[in-house]
Amino acid sequence: MREFTTHEYDVLVIGAGGAGLRAAIEAAGSGVTCGLICKSLLGKAHTVMAEGGMAAALGNVDDRDSWSTHFADTMRGGQYLNNWRMAEIHAKEAPARVNELEAWGAVMDRTKEGKILQRNFGGHKYPRLAHVGDRTGLEMIRTLQDHGIHQGIKVHMEVTVIELLMEGGRVVGAFAYEREHGRFIVFKAKAIVMATGGIGRAFKITSNSWEYTGDGHSLAYEAGADLIDMEFIQFHPTGMVWPPSVRGILVTEGVRGEGGILTNSEGRRFMFDDIPDVYKSSTSDNEEEGWRYVTGDKSARRPPELLTRDHVARCIVREVKEGRGSPHGGVFLDIAWIKEHIPNAEEHIKKKLPSMYHQFKELAGLDITKEPMEIGPTTHYVMGGIRVDSESQMSTVPGLFAAGECAAGLHGANRLGGNSLSDLVVFGKRAGEHATKYAKENSAGQINNDQVQKVAAWAEAPFDRGDKAENPFTIQSDLQVMMQDKVGIVREEKELNEALQGLEGFKARAEHASADVNRDYNPGWHTALDLKNLLTVSEATARSALARNESRGAHTRIDHPDKSEEEAKGNNVVRKGADGSMQIERVAIPPIREDLAQIIEENK
Amino acid sequence: MPQVTFKVWRGNKDGGQFKDYQTDITEGMVVLDAVHQIQAESAPDMACRWNCKAGKCGSCSAEVNGMPKLMCMTRMEDLPTDKPVTIEPMQAFPLIRDLVCDVSWNYEVKKKIKKFKPRKPDAQDGTWRMQQDDVDRVQEFRKCIECFLCQNVCHVLRDHHKHEEFAGPRHYVYTAALEMHPLDTEDRLLDLKDDNGIGYCNITKCCTKVCPEHITITDNAIIPLKERVVDEYYDPIKKLFRMFKPKK
Repeated sequence: MREFTTHEYDVLVIGAGGAGLRAAIEAAGSGVTCGLICKSLLGKAHTVMAEGGMAAALGNVDDRDSWSTHFADTMRGGQYLNNWRMAEIHAKEAPARVNELEAWGAVMDRTKEGKILQRNFGGHKYPRLAHVGDRTGLEMIRTLQDHGIHQGIKVHMEVTVIELLMEGGRVVGAFAYEREHGRFIVFKAKAIVMATGGIGRAFKITSNSWEYTGDGHSLAYEAGADLIDMEFIQFHPTGMVWPPSVRGILVTEGVRGEGGILTNSEGRRFMFDDIPDVYKSSTSDNEEEGWRYVTGDKSARRPPELLTRDHVARCIVREVKEGRGSPHGGVFLDIAWIKEHIPNAEEHIKKKLPSMYHQFKELAGLDITKEPMEIGPTTHYVMGGIRVDSESQMSTVPGLFAAGECAAGLHGANRLGGNSLSDLVVFGKRAGEHATKYAKENSAGQINNDQVQKVAAWAEAPFDRGDKAENPFTIQSDLQVMMQDKVGIVREEKELNEALQGLEGFKARAEHASADVNRDYNPGWHTALDLKNLLTVSEATARSALARNESRGAHTRIDHPDKSEEEAKGNNVVRKGADGSMQIERVAIPPIREDLAQIIEENK
Repeated sequence: MPQVTFKVWRGNKDGGQFKDYQTDITEGMVVLDAVHQIQAESAPDMACRWNCKAGKCGSCSAEVNGMPKLMCMTRMEDLPTDKPVTIEPMQAFPLIRDLVCDVSWNYEVKKKIKKFKPRKPDAQDGTWRMQQDDVDRVQEFRKCIECFLCQNVCHVLRDHHKHEEFAGPRHYVYTAALEMHPLDTEDRLLDLKDDNGIGYCNITKCCTKVCPEHITITDNAIIPLKERVVDEYYDPIKKLFRMFKPKK
């Protein structure tokens, strides 16, 4: 018998970024007991990395904005594969969630009238992103953290969940271990909210931290939940490319929102060369109009640098592939050029993009107020995730809820910048609310001791691999290289099949991933356990990508370069079959409500 | 670039020693990259905290060649590599293992500081109005990434171990952000004086020097707070006034 300690809560929230914290605040404030599990220390989750802002139709800068325009923008950006009801809820509730953050102490940048300032961003028709310079995510997580610690939430820092505990088809708890001494913990819970973020560590070039190993996706999948839209992974167009050790670190879209332009080795603003038809009427075709737009001229159309992320990323890949890239395999992003237009450009840039200024100054030895940056696409965000009910955020497993990046539906085939931070708080709140309701209506389940003992033995196995032991870091790094090569920005059937075959090999290798010394704060052991999650999300991504025979949003197939109306009728759903293998199914998108269809039509 | 020797502290609360590791250094590498490389090549159990690798989360605080740094923002090119580079954990907190220490004390202290309490909303729709000029100084404090390097170098904590009586620079910055927030109505001055021991700070500015976010901790946060405390509790005229004020 392996030992463990037990904690019991009405609602257990797994993950302590924006969505998890917001869910926990909601639950704890509704009279139930709430535990919050952080994989790292509190306040360090990936939300701190969000830079540009949070989208909400406050209409503070342009009063023509409304929830309906935000809704239409989100649907267009997602290429209409979105869950339209979630897109509606998101657009309607985001303003209240932003104002709520202010009531909890957030200090966002201001307009002249003293209201919350909003900035332009790709795919948003009006300036819509509430922000604090380029550190909006830090402001959000710190506000939620500093508010949350006074709400009676029990915080468990540096704890990793390894498996969800089930009773029949329902989730009743979670099996976890704490980093400090590697001791096992059983959490009993009436309802669980999954808020674990994304899967970026499955790829070599990524803006994501070590935590982003698809834990929530994989735990939910193993518990029998559906995953949806897993082929859609956002490659952010602007990551650092030089020097090699910083490759992938994010460069905020805010640089382009503030007037930054993309140029190739010939000095050409190549984004003017390829403007998709659906955006032709709203995109400027000359530099002069584009500049007027970023300086707030309401009659001007946006510059092509502010097209959606999927499109900008593809254009950059094309420039590099056709030999017009920068010295280190990217293109140029230039904000220094605005000195042609404004006198105090240097100060303006430092004020508006302070962390970008420091990031390049300190990591690349480059002054962005004087020289252009070199940038290229980096794995950034997964649109796909746990399939949830649009009203309650409950997954297909009773008692299991999800919110934030690990949930899916809102963003469809491509997420608009700024829609993530608002997603976290809108659906974090809802998940917390409905998990609370579920916890009040249901009694605690029974923990199955056999399941606990079995997963505990599995977790200890890396210390006892014998002759075939392999370094888990090597396996992880090899997997990242393969996923980047074969399931990356541009895909094709042959490579996807090779990837699926390759994954079988990695599964076998993962069974030999070993750990040494002892269980105290041991990163090697942790990595050996994480591999399982990475492999699950990698397979889900490859299978879903293979099943979508078209190019749409963030999913690009060179063997199916065009959009297909037929393919657009459904979402790909992945679930664990009775025999343990991964099953994939195409599920039809429910017909959109009449009034919403009309809003889309009016905004075309 | 060449192979470089790193002396990394290996151990736990019961003791430990520096251990030598060699690894190749390539262009643009930061110290955290070297630690990861050593982990992957020869010491998979070597404990170190990190998250964003971009100076935004404040997880990878350590002492590099004796200087408190974020490992992710310390470039190898800025260090002499002809002699070993030493990496050790922060010294003001109990060690868990290797480069990871127990910083939970910071979370306990913060919890005791009275939370934000806004005035009534300014507008019918429940929102407030604030001018950018009035929030600039608060925004400086809110850049804090809670790396706790300021706490680590503060001699009141590091040398005199006043953790029970002294909240440390991080929490003065936090308190200043609340006290100077245009909407806040709470009063934290008595707590600052009594429970959080701001009087122990003798403004040596060590905290300001190590702040990776370049927050002017001493001048903009601590000194104004000290002044407020002095005005409130040590002003002789006010003191006289209080003596005759009826007790509540």
